[in-house]
Amino acid sequence: MRRYLPFIIVVVVALLAIGGGAFLYRAKRSANPTPKISKTEAERPGETIHVLGPADAAVTLEEFGDFQCPPCGMLSEPINRLQKQYNLRVIYREFPLAIHAHAKEAACAAEAAARQGRFWQMHDLLYREQAVWSKSTDARALFSAYAGMLQLDLGRFKKDMDSNEVQQQVELDRLRGAGIGVKTTPTIFINNEAVPGPKSNPDDVAALVEAAVKKGKPSS
Amino acid sequence: MKSRKDQSARSTMNRSRAQTIFYTAAALISLLGLAEATYLTAVYLSGETAVCGGSPDCFQVLGSSYAKIGPVPVSGLGALAYFGAFTFATFAGFGYARARQFFAWTVIAMFCMTLWLLFVQAFRLHAFCRYCLFSAALVFLLTGLVVARPVAETQEN
Repeated sequence: MRRYLPFIIVVVVALLAIGGGAFLYRAKRSANPTPKISKTEAERPGETIHVLGPADAAVTLEEFGDFQCPPCGMLSEPINRLQKQYNLRVIYREFPLAIHAHAKEAACAAEAAARQGRFWQMHDLLYREQAVWSKSTDARALFSAYAGMLQLDLGRFKKDMDSNEVQQQVELDRLRGAGIGVKTTPTIFINNEAVPGPKSNPDDVAALVEAAVKKGKPSS
Repeated sequence: MKSRKDQSARSTMNRSRAQTIFYTAAALISLLGLAEATYLTAVYLSGETAVCGGSPDCFQVLGSSYAKIGPVPVSGLGALAYFGAFTFATFAGFGYARARQFFAWTVIAMFCMTLWLLFVQAFRLHAFCRYCLFSAALVFLLTGLVVARPVAETQEN
């Protein structure tokens, strides 16, 4: 028996490591169902929009956001929850404010991630880590690290961040917002109706979405 | 004549006990490293990003290009190395002479890799990840054991 004991120990440890790893992987995977129903649609020539949810959803929520703005950060998770709960169509547009030092870079990072099909993952990560990179003196290094964590092609990500196309995309979103009167962030539109600034908080947005969903439902 | 035989038998027993304790300690340390490396590999493969409680330094290290070799995460290689060290330490503890050599070479390879990773963190990324530091501490402990081993064996002799 003693002769076989080391073999038994090693096999048991190998099975435990593989089993434990697989269990952890599955647990983490189900806690972060990352591949969202996301797509990047072409709207006008040269312009792309970031959309979550079905095209024929009863309610469309459009947000003009700035990744460095704390109220936008506070809205990010509640909007994700609302999207899942009511199967909303959520559109995100860049509106980096000049008062935020790293906002434009963050917007470019999200757009660069979008070019590798990971806009929403980067969007969530930037909002979740907002407190960290906002205070950083080298936010760009952190954005690259986030890209690494999302398993993006880092060389391409860095190149895209500096590309004219990405800068132009951010500028197009900003101009579009400015054109329809967006001045601050977050500015939310629910079925094309602007949510008044003071109501752009998680509770009021949830109530407005709920009301819009009820309105959109055929009465029985 | 008999007492010399007794002495030799006692010395062999002592040596064998010391070796068992030594390699059990090495196996336990390797097991700790294996658990940590397996955790990091699972986290990496699942795409989880909230590691290190949002520490920017940790992000910088684990998200850097140094954290993987091709498509393989360094933590995965670490898990394999720790498993190798554990296996050899276990066999060595049970008296397999060749396993001692394999154990020593595995730990030396891990030590060299750890030095490289510490260099990268200190001078290239200018950031340290607490998981990597914990793993480095474990490898240093294993290296210490490997270095101390001949001394212990000589003393026993």
